[in-house]
Amino acid sequence: MFLEVTLQLLDGFKLTLLIFALTLIGALPLGLVITFGSMSKIKFIKGLTKGFVWVIRGTPLMLQIILVFYGPGLIFHTNGVGRLPAVIIAFIINYACYFSEIYRGGIESISQGQYEAGQVLGMTKTQIFFKIILAQVIKRILPPMGNEIITLVKDTSLARVVSCVELLKAAQDIVGLKAIIWPIFYIGAFYLLFTGVLTIVFGKIEKKLDYYKG
Amino acid sequence: MSDELKEKPVLKVENICKSFGKEEVLKSVSFELNKGEVLAIIGSSGGGKTTLLRCLNQLVIPDKGKITVNGDVIYDAELGKENEKNLRTKRLHFGLVFQQFNLFPQYNVFNNLTLAARLLAKENNKKNGGSAEDLKKEYARIDEEATKLLERVGLNEKMKSYPCELSGGQQQRVAIARALILHPDILCFDEPTSALDPELTGEVLRVIEGLKSADNTMVIVTHEMEFARRVASKIIFIADGVIEEMGTPEEVFDNPKSEKLRNFFSKSVEKI
Repeated sequence: MFLEVTLQLLDGFKLTLLIFALTLIGALPLGLVITFGSMSKIKFIKGLTKGFVWVIRGTPLMLQIILVFYGPGLIFHTNGVGRLPAVIIAFIINYACYFSEIYRGGIESISQGQYEAGQVLGMTKTQIFFKIILAQVIKRILPPMGNEIITLVKDTSLARVVSCVELLKAAQDIVGLKAIIWPIFYIGAFYLLFTGVLTIVFGKIEKKLDYYKG
Repeated sequence: MSDELKEKPVLKVENICKSFGKEEVLKSVSFELNKGEVLAIIGSSGGGKTTLLRCLNQLVIPDKGKITVNGDVIYDAELGKENEKNLRTKRLHFGLVFQQFNLFPQYNVFNNLTLAARLLAKENNKKNGGSAEDLKKEYARIDEEATKLLERVGLNEKMKSYPCELSGGQQQRVAIARALILHPDILCFDEPTSALDPELTGEVLRVIEGLKSADNTMVIVTHEMEFARRVASKIIFIADGVIEEMGTPEEVFDNPKSEKLRNFFSKSVEKI
């Protein structure tokens, strides 16, 4: 019984991992694009980006998943995207917005002197950003990013709202089918293990960047 | 050298004006500097010294006026705004050493020196269609020069250290070497010792003094009056955005003409 449940839960866990990984792959770079938008000197782009971030951060992720899944069908009478793609799209957009604000905080915390030093040494804006600023930003945003990424692990459970059988949904299904309650508590161990590993990984990266201050 | 034989000035600054909002920070500042001269800019805080220096480096774009280096127009208000690319090339006429050093914390001392030089070498190599071999040679030349410069500022044994492992004085010496590696026509210092503990200013001032030569033209904004008097060949006293007095150290220090400069000196002495 225990083994059977564990195997079923592992199937759900695989999907949880997939949502987690794809969200990061999409949201980490997209967040940077949104950051540039919200820091743009062009007022229109800045306003548009800030408005977008407000809407995304101001509404529940669950609602966004539902909207991406059912929206296209309701509005355009098309087939829409599949369950998993809908979940991934909603997650990427949602997390990119949160990441973008963390990035912005990091970028704005770098002293103007670093940019100026790059400028007087004849570096281009792109070189200054990628060769000087970015590494310092990464070091500074690691703690809040760790926080956000651990939240993502648990947020993946929202995918069940469109019947994606991730870890929590898998447990719920077992509970309903077999009339046993313990699997739902058992999955807590999966999440704990996963976030535990992430905590260790983040600790390692922080330590690795400890060789310099600033 | 007699006056007739003197070449054209390296740096020519004409009627530079700059306002921040309603505040006029520079009100038509003009001066010239010949090759090998050391100019010290003195004056009380908020008088416009640093803004003038930043205008030279184009970190602050002036509102009016003209700046010429070796006959090359760096800035001319009448020509309008420069594009980013030209601005970059023009900035390279100047080197700037900051009050707060502004070393790149994630790079060790050696890489702080070579980073920009290597990027420029790479860009030029690409532009001139040079081979990978040429670039490698150029990198080797840069590395060699970096080593020499670090020796010159007395920090070759700190090559692999990170800025956070150095004292303020050492960091500033690295910053000086970093500015020198790009061979600027004019090297500028923005209060290079103001952020240092008193016992560390000496080592930095000695390095700056050691750079004085027929080839190195320097502009130094400083509060170190003794140093200015000893090292500078020309002194400018700025107050309220105007050059109140300009001359040789003897003229300015021994015979201050304006009331403002006399006040400034008496206050400077009070501090001690």
